[in-house]
Amino acid sequence: MAVDYKTDSNPTKFDVEADQNRALHYEEKFLWDHQQTDHSGVDLPAVDGSINKTGITARAATGLPNLSEPQILRHFVRLSTLNYSIDHGFFPLGSCTMKHNPRLNEKMARLPGFAHIHPLQPEQTVQGALGVMYELQDWLAQLTGLPGVALSPAAGAHGEYAGIMVIRAKLRDAGMHHKDTLLIPDSAHGTNPATAAMCGFKVKTISTKETGRLTLEAFKDALGDGENIAGMMVTNPNTCGLFERDIVEISKLLHAAGGYFYCDGANFNALVGRIKPADFGVDVMHINLHKTFSTPHGGGGPGSGPICCTEELAPYLPIPLVGKSDDGFYKLLRKDDCPKTLGRLRGFNGQFGMHVRALSYMLSHGNDGLRQVSGDAVLAANYILSQLKDDYHVPFEGRCMHEALFSEKWLKDHGVTTLDVAKALIEFGMHPMTVYFPLVVSGAMLVEPTETETKESIDRFIAVMKHIAELAKNGEGDIFHSYPISAPRKRLDEVLAARNPILNG
Amino acid sequence: MRYLPLSAQDREDMLSTSGAKNIRALYEDVPDSAYNDALIPTLPAHKTEMAVEKHLVRYSNQNIDAAHAPFFLGAGVYNHHIPASVDYVIQRSEFLTAYTPYQPEIAQGTLQVIYEFQTMIAKLTGQDVANASLYDGATALAEAALMAMRVTRKNKVIIANDINPDYQETLSTYLKDDAIVDADTSDDIAAIIIQSPDFYGRPEKYLAWRKKADALGALLVVVITEIISLGMLPAPDMADIVCGEGQSIGLPMSFGGPHLGFFACRNDYLRQMPGRLCGKTVDADGKDSYVLTLSTREQHIRRDKATSNICTNQGLCALAFTVHMALLGDLGFRQLAQLNHERAVMLADKLSAVKGIAVENETFFNEFVITLPENAEKVVNTLAAQGIIAGLPLNDNRLLICATEKTEDADMDILIEALSTL
Repeated sequence: MAVDYKTDSNPTKFDVEADQNRALHYEEKFLWDHQQTDHSGVDLPAVDGSINKTGITARAATGLPNLSEPQILRHFVRLSTLNYSIDHGFFPLGSCTMKHNPRLNEKMARLPGFAHIHPLQPEQTVQGALGVMYELQDWLAQLTGLPGVALSPAAGAHGEYAGIMVIRAKLRDAGMHHKDTLLIPDSAHGTNPATAAMCGFKVKTISTKETGRLTLEAFKDALGDGENIAGMMVTNPNTCGLFERDIVEISKLLHAAGGYFYCDGANFNALVGRIKPADFGVDVMHINLHKTFSTPHGGGGPGSGPICCTEELAPYLPIPLVGKSDDGFYKLLRKDDCPKTLGRLRGFNGQFGMHVRALSYMLSHGNDGLRQVSGDAVLAANYILSQLKDDYHVPFEGRCMHEALFSEKWLKDHGVTTLDVAKALIEFGMHPMTVYFPLVVSGAMLVEPTETETKESIDRFIAVMKHIAELAKNGEGDIFHSYPISAPRKRLDEVLAARNPILNG
Repeated sequence: MRYLPLSAQDREDMLSTSGAKNIRALYEDVPDSAYNDALIPTLPAHKTEMAVEKHLVRYSNQNIDAAHAPFFLGAGVYNHHIPASVDYVIQRSEFLTAYTPYQPEIAQGTLQVIYEFQTMIAKLTGQDVANASLYDGATALAEAALMAMRVTRKNKVIIANDINPDYQETLSTYLKDDAIVDADTSDDIAAIIIQSPDFYGRPEKYLAWRKKADALGALLVVVITEIISLGMLPAPDMADIVCGEGQSIGLPMSFGGPHLGFFACRNDYLRQMPGRLCGKTVDADGKDSYVLTLSTREQHIRRDKATSNICTNQGLCALAFTVHMALLGDLGFRQLAQLNHERAVMLADKLSAVKGIAVENETFFNEFVITLPENAEKVVNTLAAQGIIAGLPLNDNRLLICATEKTEDADMDILIEALSTL
């Protein structure tokens, strides 16, 4: 029987048996539900309180709770224990490149000369910061073979927007307003068609369902006479984890028709230090610094999505850019310096803190380390592919690049779905792979191990996946429907969340 | 290489299991013309941790930073103090190295933080709902304008007062060429946009703008670049959309990013909102739980019909904001706002007393415009050579100048001394 320990001096009611706190497992309350105090958790210098030159009566209340520092630390530390992270274990999230985040990068971004400078300071007082950006531009140009670099886009999707706007600006400048259509394979990230639409382009979809690849034939059909074709948005390696075999030929045809090749750089980790996208015909691409170059994902941002382009497209890049004069003085290039620029895409100079981290990572690895990165990443994925190909259906033939694609086809007959596999992985102490993407494969499971896993860690994943497949095939897969059972939460009622949105407390 | 765990033996074993004789064989789909057999010769080889640190510290030391200089620059990015606990929390692996919370059973920490962040923003702005954050204030404003167009099915916006020039440039890029108009000459107005305090530091009153928006059948969009002002100025609850920049709480200036776009609006427009949303629900055991929701607005479902191409937020920045704001609480946040205002009032009083300097603003929160006896850009450069970051030069002799809780009496005296001896 539950007992309420409630006294006059202790008005809070505790039902000790019913509450969920056990050993190291805590249920953490909503911030506002904690016992409040009568002062702030920050000690500030005293104020007069009566001075007001705002022209408006001062606000009386904000609705924030008053809590002390120990309460705040405990609240957020307890919340942190409910999260899975790379530092916990294997995180094979396809297309997301969840690699180790070196802490040196964090330390460097916090140097006072980087953290505490303002984007509008006189240029002579921030030469070091501009030097970092210039050096990062140079690394990206050399790694992609594309000499024009703009660092300002804030994330991958923002980089896509920048890249397509560059193509639009070029076409407008050349008077080619009739080129209003972008070719996009159906395996593309959802951001690709969304970006094309935002920039006012029509989308013509190319099917890749048969082979998982963009075939020369399908491309020629979609291109037609090429008259209206502004360009194509292609991810290479593509979202099925395959390098587009015909990409060199395809880009030649596109160029001959006056179109431009936008490459989604989400999968650059398979190429870095080994393959320069310029060499397979790319005109403009974005790079996810938070994927290939190890800046932390932070539970969903901040990302950083610089774009790189050819000499021909460089005049249209978004401002600001960083230039260097003959005497070695770094300068922020703005509208007056770049008359053909497509304009500004965000405030100030971009995710500079991420630029420092990415450069720190590049310097650490060097040209030799980065080449090893792509080699190890591709090796790890192929190793997984070779070990699981008899247990899980592999939709497309051939070697994979840095991620291996499987489907639920062989499990479905046993009543087990991709979602079940994902939730079973959680139960066995791992983060799931990317599921139900790409859309061209029914029940897709996209596995990206990255280069920062040990063979032992990869072998355990393979063992868990084989175990799941075996249980399914033995007719014992029903148990998965209730998984996870050991996580901080069981499966959530997502329909309820959407039908009756409660978005704040 | 310290970040790569595989040994030579591991690589050999894995290649052999994969049935490939070498790494090049794994890249069999890549034609020779696109594959480099050698290292890129013009890039350097790997460096030790010590060497990387030395390389970057040299760059860092070339900058004049606000930790070491009297500092009076604002204009959309502000030099505020960040409590030590904030950086400790955001560097916890469980937050720093987590992904977007798409697997909610093992991401309740991040999700509850987002829910608390949304709650804070909704309360501070006086709006019904807020999203999980956007890239920065400028892109949040662009998204607000696009959303107003979707809601009203109209095509133009009015920028009604002096907004941050970077925000205006960003807006121009995002909107169609002729979409920004000066006045209500058109019946096609989707939104009236005002910044408060405006770019020159003057707080706005909202009632007149509300009436004007209603008369035009437009939404009222309020953009806020100094969120600490909301600890003293009234919540813009008359607006339809409130968006802006949250950098002042929890985030260093960091040369312009990463910062924190916030976005809030009325319930009626919820399904037209851009960006991620976290909602409350229950799990199979009926426990309160949090999950990303209403994703049918988003690109991964809607593709070319999505409300925006955005597929991220500024997660860790929103965490820093939430921790700092939780530490401040209602009493601390309002005191911090009052403190900023009082420092600015003291600075204005001191500057007014200098011969040849006049304060333009009749009202302000923590920044204002002064006129100098000579060209402002020249003055800023002269003072920079003395290690003082004096503010943002505007046209001619005008200087935009800011004070925060970090602006000490001694800093003001150094500035006054330097300006007096021009």
